[in-house]
Amino acid sequence: MIKENTPIKFILNDKEIEASPDSRLLDIIKAEGLKIPHLCFNSNYRPDGNCRSCVVEVSGERTLAPSCCRRPENGMQVYTHSERAESARKMVLEMLESDTKSDQATEKNHELTEWAKKLKIKNSRLPSNIDNRVDDSNPAIAVNYEECIKCTRCIRACREAQANDVIGFAFRGKESRIVFDLDDNMGASTCVSCGECVQACPTNALISKTELTQNKQKVEKTNSVCPYCGVGCLLTFNTSNNKIFSVTGRDGPSNQSRLCVKGRYGFDYIHHKDRLTSPLIRRAEAKKTKEILTQENINDTFRIGTWDEALDIAAENLKDIYSKYGSSALAGLGCAKGSNEEAYLFQKLIRTAFKTNNVDHCTRLCHASSVSAMLEMLGSAAVSNQVSDVKNTEVIIIIGAKPSVNHPVAATFIKNVIKDSKADLILMDPYRSDLARHSKYYLQFRPDTDVLLLNAIMHTIIKEGIHDTDFIEKRTEEFDKLKECVKEYEPEKISAICGIDPETIKNVARLYGKAKRALIFWGMGVSQHTHGTDNARCLISLALLCGHIGKEGSGIHPLRGQNNVQGASDSGLIPMVYPNYQSVTDEEVRKKFEKLWGQELNSNVGLTVIEIAEKAFERKLKGLYVMGENPAMSDPNLNFTREALSRLDFMVVQDIFFTETAGFADIILPASAFAEKDGTFTNTDRRVQIGRKAVDPPGDAKQDIWIIQELAKRLGLDWQYSSVEDVFNELKQTNDTIGGITWDMLNKKDSVTYPYTSNSKQSEPILFSGSFPTKSGKATFVPAKFQEANELPDKEFPFVFITGRHLEHWHTGSMTSRSEVLNELEPEPTVSLNPEDIKELKIDTSNKVSIVSRRGKLDANLRVDPNVQKNTIFMAFCFADSAANLITNEAMDPFGKIPEFKYCAAKVLPAN
Amino acid sequence: MAKKVRLKPRGRQADRRDKDILSDLINPDPNRRDLLIEYLHVIQDKFGYISKSQITALAELMKLSMSEVYETASFYHHFEIVESVEEEKNQPQFQVRVCDSLTCQMYGSSQLKKEIDQLSGSDYKTHDVSCVGRCDKAPVAVVGKNTIEYATPTNVDRAVKNKEVKPAQINPISLNAYLKSGGYSTFKKCLANKLLRNDIIEELKNSNLRGLGGAGFPAGLKWEIVSKQKESPLLVVNIDEGEPGTFKDKHYLETEPHTFLEGMMIASWVIRSKHNYIYLRDEYHACLDMLHSEIDELSRYFGAVLPKIEIRRGAGAYICGEESAMIESIEGKRGMPRQRPPYIAEKGLFAKPTLAHNMETLYWVRDIIEKGSDWFANHGRRGSKGLRSFSVSGRVNNPGVHLAPAGISVMELIDEYCGGMLDDHKLYGFFPGGASGGILSADHKDEPLDFGTLNKTGCFIGSAAVIVLSDKDKARDYALNAMKFFVRESCGQCTPCRVGTEKATMLMQSKSWDKNLLKDVSNVMRDASICGLGQAAANPLDSVLKFFKHEIE
Repeated sequence: MIKENTPIKFILNDKEIEASPDSRLLDIIKAEGLKIPHLCFNSNYRPDGNCRSCVVEVSGERTLAPSCCRRPENGMQVYTHSERAESARKMVLEMLESDTKSDQATEKNHELTEWAKKLKIKNSRLPSNIDNRVDDSNPAIAVNYEECIKCTRCIRACREAQANDVIGFAFRGKESRIVFDLDDNMGASTCVSCGECVQACPTNALISKTELTQNKQKVEKTNSVCPYCGVGCLLTFNTSNNKIFSVTGRDGPSNQSRLCVKGRYGFDYIHHKDRLTSPLIRRAEAKKTKEILTQENINDTFRIGTWDEALDIAAENLKDIYSKYGSSALAGLGCAKGSNEEAYLFQKLIRTAFKTNNVDHCTRLCHASSVSAMLEMLGSAAVSNQVSDVKNTEVIIIIGAKPSVNHPVAATFIKNVIKDSKADLILMDPYRSDLARHSKYYLQFRPDTDVLLLNAIMHTIIKEGIHDTDFIEKRTEEFDKLKECVKEYEPEKISAICGIDPETIKNVARLYGKAKRALIFWGMGVSQHTHGTDNARCLISLALLCGHIGKEGSGIHPLRGQNNVQGASDSGLIPMVYPNYQSVTDEEVRKKFEKLWGQELNSNVGLTVIEIAEKAFERKLKGLYVMGENPAMSDPNLNFTREALSRLDFMVVQDIFFTETAGFADIILPASAFAEKDGTFTNTDRRVQIGRKAVDPPGDAKQDIWIIQELAKRLGLDWQYSSVEDVFNELKQTNDTIGGITWDMLNKKDSVTYPYTSNSKQSEPILFSGSFPTKSGKATFVPAKFQEANELPDKEFPFVFITGRHLEHWHTGSMTSRSEVLNELEPEPTVSLNPEDIKELKIDTSNKVSIVSRRGKLDANLRVDPNVQKNTIFMAFCFADSAANLITNEAMDPFGKIPEFKYCAAKVLPAN
Repeated sequence: MAKKVRLKPRGRQADRRDKDILSDLINPDPNRRDLLIEYLHVIQDKFGYISKSQITALAELMKLSMSEVYETASFYHHFEIVESVEEEKNQPQFQVRVCDSLTCQMYGSSQLKKEIDQLSGSDYKTHDVSCVGRCDKAPVAVVGKNTIEYATPTNVDRAVKNKEVKPAQINPISLNAYLKSGGYSTFKKCLANKLLRNDIIEELKNSNLRGLGGAGFPAGLKWEIVSKQKESPLLVVNIDEGEPGTFKDKHYLETEPHTFLEGMMIASWVIRSKHNYIYLRDEYHACLDMLHSEIDELSRYFGAVLPKIEIRRGAGAYICGEESAMIESIEGKRGMPRQRPPYIAEKGLFAKPTLAHNMETLYWVRDIIEKGSDWFANHGRRGSKGLRSFSVSGRVNNPGVHLAPAGISVMELIDEYCGGMLDDHKLYGFFPGGASGGILSADHKDEPLDFGTLNKTGCFIGSAAVIVLSDKDKARDYALNAMKFFVRESCGQCTPCRVGTEKATMLMQSKSWDKNLLKDVSNVMRDASICGLGQAAANPLDSVLKFFKHEIE
């Protein structure tokens, strides 16, 4: 038998060619420099061979063959330009031209027109039959059926790449055409506006509306990274006249040219009229209260100042607080949206200028508990395997996460392997997300009962003896403790409390336990609890128990939320540790940093995000420097946080918009948006990727790295960085996990996975294959007992209030609510309730409702959502008008210091 | 820009009531996507329509996306999708269809439809429908599942008024009778290993039995190829007899189902298939019930030694007679032909090696094994070997299925088997192989009719459906009818067929044809279409250009 990789010898236009047996004729023909048209073929998608514009003649065959699908065979004789082949290809184009018309002007490659031109297709001789319908119901995308050639590239994009399954090919024969759902308007369909179909379409049948309205001269393209979530999609900013007019997905390792709605259509916030364009100085008479100020209040509260003036005032006041009250009265809140270099400089500034470790960022609000459990049990808080590793696994657990909303492009790769029947999905989440449809088991367990459920799964695995004793013995410690702990968690006993029947729990245990390879992904449904660390401990224990860690297709992956939350943490924006998680209390470590930074450092652990608010409330913390964070929206129990912020003596806010937090500032420094600067960003997969400047900041706004340095200078720090690269090179010295990565390498490759140390000089996509980075080299089981949430529902507050995110909005919405498309898709606050609850409450679904907790009240539109579990309320925290965090509970996980965003008691009332 | 708040999740949401109703009615299994079309039939049969809210609910119950269900449902003519509850109320419980294909057109179907519509007023609406396989009794109308032969406005209206919507009874040879006459003895010999698999394959090869669905691929060779695959193969029987003018499969199925079933089981034994599928066109309503009960009987008789046999209903799509389209349909999808390679013998149904056979091919297996390959091969004229079941219709005295030697000429067929031409009718031309086989003029009356013998004319006998035209007919009318049929039945996947059939139809309606342009259209369809439908759809058009030039100038 011929081996797979034995090259094939065949004849192409009388020339002998050697090719791999799995190559396609079209690719070989192209490589030979021959030009034949192709329309339904695009290398990003499965070849389908339906348009027939690439047919070639194969000797001995009755009909012509589509070169996009056909593979070479030994002895095959292929003729690309025989009369038959040429006239068939021309006729195909003529047919398609006769049924379409093209009168849209876009930047897109119009492949049909181009090929028709190249092949000199004249005005069609054929009678024409054009479908004139237009569907512009989607805010981002228009469908012009008159241009559709039915090549189905959009369908393959929607179904086989993005796995959204919205577009179908309906009807038959000449009536056949693409439809959305049940031939619904695109805007009324389940379409998530990822725009992959637009990127796939070879004509203007599917176009981005943003591309239509721009008058474009001198188009420039800048290769960069998406500014939004932790997936880290590579993309290209298409600009003209210092403005981004569109975004194209690039073939990055984490996205393979795919983007989501935020990445593709959420770019315009940087050109929004609300951008801060000059430094603002608080007017002396403008008193601080806990009330939120809006854009309209800026002029009453602030005056415009020069950079020198603003920076001088900032530095003077901070120095003043330092000399009066000492280190503990100052703190800094950095940001997971900024670059590694910005994060590094920011924490260095706080630690050296203020001699305090009071520096934190929003990692505290997302995965702090996951990090504490991982450090404690594995000695490392990084994901063990990359998302792309799903292609090598058999079973995928997703728990407490809605990746298709919060990590949309990562979700597509997960859905791809499940749709191809390569892996089974176990989904565990109180909210029934779209992934439930793809799952083998969907466990809609009661909120708060993660530990119960996971312990019962481990109970079953141990009881049935399917745990990996070899792995446990060689690679772990303290297994007996776990065994003892989970003994009492019999599925039958806990079933009623967590709402999952015992048989399902056992089946899930067996499926995961018996798999050869399995991955666990989790999100903030796991981490944002007072028992978030316990939840994460259970998941890590589960992986250790079955040996599902430390090899290809087996591992754990807490999905990182923001584009650089991994990098900001790695770079030291954490109060307990310096860059690369080196403890501030470790004397040896401290000495090393004192030497590098040329200054004595504080040996005490600093304050976390919530503790900073608490100390401010107590008036013990006086001065705060905020870069890009928005605690007045993102912290729990906002009435408290806002009061706390108003009590600060002095606050500097560095941001691109007048955020809710900026209203409490004394000095506001207008900063740069993502596309306005260079820097490195580390995604959820531990990939360090380079973002490049595409446009200049507006007005007097400055790059953050400049602002931090100017402030540092005025605070008496003698820094000498001439470029972002300089900062990166210093950062590397403090974090050897990226020590081998060079700026040049990043510029060349765009993306490099770490660990990539100065010694190994190679990437390690899979961690823990030989040992764990602990003292013993082994992982430690840390069992967890079930504990209830801090505030349980009762008679007065009978519902569980759960916060989260919407697909279209990111974090506190400061950027996405200023994107036209995103804002139109999800414009106003809504709270989601189960229809049965709504029925019982007898509330009118067309009116607003009030949500009330012990801490606050808000009004919002009601969204009837059968996917929400009964007795729960879901709300996204991105809406300034009705901030979900007015309701949430600030009670914290004792280890991760993360607040309990995912559980508090509330009630629903009709709004008055 | 006006802000619109969405007060529900994106897109349609399944209605709880619909989900309950469908769960009770069909209890859909999300792991059996292949049963989607069967489920849609249950809904259509029960309500007389399928509403979009039912599709939404069905999709959720089956863990499919809405578009996956909708694109499948909307592909098949027998599913009536309605938008809203309002529309549901106005929907009749059954449909009235009038066949408008070749022979029925010859016998006045368009006039018939007009008259029925006038008679019926607003009570019910008639639909045009492609050939329902009763061309020897044209014209034909179908009321619900009741096929009315020699249809008149009166007998159709009577059936509607009396709600006579059930299929007419058929009385095939029963299992008992078949067993008594020695039936299944060959299959029993197989089970007892008294026959050797290779010997059977050799016998088939020697008999020259060929695929009688139309392609004529040697049956023995096919069995051999499939047998050699590594994985255990599946067996699929194609009874989606839809080529206009063809009704031979129905004839054998309605009379001797067990002869074919025995052939199927022998084939299944030879290739070691554990799972057989019978794909039956939906128009053969009576056969469906009969097959179910006969197969039940059979499994009671044989017990566990039988392979698993599943019957699948087509849903009104000629293209599903194309074997790869049929396979897609059995998988519960749109019947869109697949690209070759891979060939279905290697990678067919559910990506497994698959033996796909036309029903009649299997019908002959038992006789060939019992009587010997020579018995079959010795039939034939003009060098051809074997027997062919000609479905003859049109201007002859005695239309119907006629078993005749391969290689017989049309003149001999008409004279020896069909009682000659109708009075006052003179042979003008004929379709040798249904709508796709092209049209030959009377000049070709002595050509042998067999696989390959007509190649030089561009025509073929395919499923051996001979439609006889007389001097009262014009070939161009029937060529246009055929092309319209292909427009309706094209799956729409590839450009040459989807666009070509439609353009040709438009061009063929002008009094004098643009011959060069039509030739270009015809060439691209023939050369570049994915499957046989598009490749052959231009045959009648080409025939007119070649043999009936006088009609189009």
